[in-house]
Amino acid sequence: MLCQECNKMPATVHLTKIVNDKKTETHLCQQCASEKGELEFAFEPKFPIHHFFAGLLDFDGFETPVGIPGKTKIQCNNCGLTYAQFSQIGRLGCSDCYESFGEKLNSLLRRIHGSTRHTGKVPQRSGSAIKVKKELEQLRKDMQKKIADEEFEEAARIRDKIRELEKDTEGGGE
Amino acid sequence: MAQDKFWVKNLSKWMEGTGPDSEVVLTSRVRLARNIKNIPFPYLASDTQTQKIFNDVNRVVGNHKGEFKDFTFIKLEEMESLERQLCVEKHIISPQMAKDVRNSFVLLRNDEAVSIMINEEDHIRIQCLFPGLQLEGAWNLADKIDDIMESDLDYAFNEDRGYLTACPTNVGTGIRVSLMMHLPGLVITKQINRILSALSQVGLVVRGLYGEGTEVIGNIVQISNQITLGQSEKEIIRNLYAVAKQLIEQEEEARQNLLNESRENLADRAGRALGILSNARIVSSQEAMQLLSDLRLGVDLGLIDFDSKIINHLLVTIRPAHLQSMERKELDAYERDVCRATLIREKFIGSSK
Ligand SMILES: [Zn+2]
Ligand SMILES: [Zn+2]
Repeated sequence: MLCQECNKMPATVHLTKIVNDKKTETHLCQQCASEKGELEFAFEPKFPIHHFFAGLLDFDGFETPVGIPGKTKIQCNNCGLTYAQFSQIGRLGCSDCYESFGEKLNSLLRRIHGSTRHTGKVPQRSGSAIKVKKELEQLRKDMQKKIADEEFEEAARIRDKIRELEKDTEGGGE
Repeated sequence: MAQDKFWVKNLSKWMEGTGPDSEVVLTSRVRLARNIKNIPFPYLASDTQTQKIFNDVNRVVGNHKGEFKDFTFIKLEEMESLERQLCVEKHIISPQMAKDVRNSFVLLRNDEAVSIMINEEDHIRIQCLFPGLQLEGAWNLADKIDDIMESDLDYAFNEDRGYLTACPTNVGTGIRVSLMMHLPGLVITKQINRILSALSQVGLVVRGLYGEGTEVIGNIVQISNQITLGQSEKEIIRNLYAVAKQLIEQEEEARQNLLNESRENLADRAGRALGILSNARIVSSQEAMQLLSDLRLGVDLGLIDFDSKIINHLLVTIRPAHLQSMERKELDAYERDVCRATLIREKFIGSSK
């Protein structure tokens, strides 16, 4: 087999990448492989990840809306990127794109991550209000559970904590 | 290339190959992707905008002199391309960053365990790279640095989507956790493909380098999380840690079985690797990786006496940019193979006991 890059030398480096059980293979000669940096064990995926979701986009038929007269163009007001451009380059233009592309993006996120809702870290400073909100949500859930389990003393303790938190945010919150 | 810069002159701390479970896990890495509100991502941003990102980070560093006293700013445009390639080989910067250097910087800790990439695919990428299995340690450090950054910067963060990133595959936690593992036992006993394909079904990305046939070159694979949204950082790290522990167990079992059934063969393999590496005059990087792996397995199993630190260093220093930096000139593939063999021979003199 000849090298896919230069088509001159025999391919001696065979790269296989498995994502979601889908295999992609690349065959290069030693020279091209080191030039392309494929021998360097780079940490980031080097096979264009856009191929991965370009496939998803095609599957959804996002780029060929049927029956929509005039084909409405979806565009981000902040950076000007259109959804069509995004699906070609696989990169969003700015943080506002997440709002601008709304539902379409949600369906993509669901396919990539199996979820659309962040459950991890919240920024310390700018996210303090969100943090309290998430903590309150959790406490209310805990309280309901204690009530269901008939652990009323515990439930009352959690209720007091909720009240305290609510008071704090009303007083000091922006 | 200026040879006196520490990132050119020194070896990274992670290359020493120490740390927990270092017989199987070479490195643990945690990377966080962060962006600043309302400014387009680097590939769309204007020079003024990317300059502002740098100024903002610079201000944070100025406000936290104590925390950043061991850090140095390096401007990528001021690096020669070979020097950038060297940094890629050391995992200080990403290959993509080496290609597109416009207004990009790296804020590097002197021991190279932390590198903060500025204006890469995202505005800020915080990377912590530790030797051995130290996911938790790497995360705690990245988390701390992230908090310092955020205390002075307005991150693009949304309650539902989390940290907003240029690529939707990073959105949410923005975290990528990776392990580099040496798995010769699983390769020799032909279990590797089955196991790796199973991993890819549980939301992990597996990358290996395959040579002639089905053998993984150097028996090294990289495993990382694919999902960044809907799981917390702790969950993601716990999952990968659990998988790593299982892999380590399976690898050790395979090694033990090999030792029981074909001890002489393994010792022979390691001895031959030592023989070739100590005497060869021309060695390709692929061959070197395989031989170093054979030798390392022999050392790990106590079949041969050799300083494994030398093997760890060579995994990085036999790469093209390192060889060319050492020779202080460009080398073609053949010259590199000769230079590589010479480097290995020199390092091996007096190392085998
Ligand atoms: Zn080629
Ligand atoms: Zn936008």
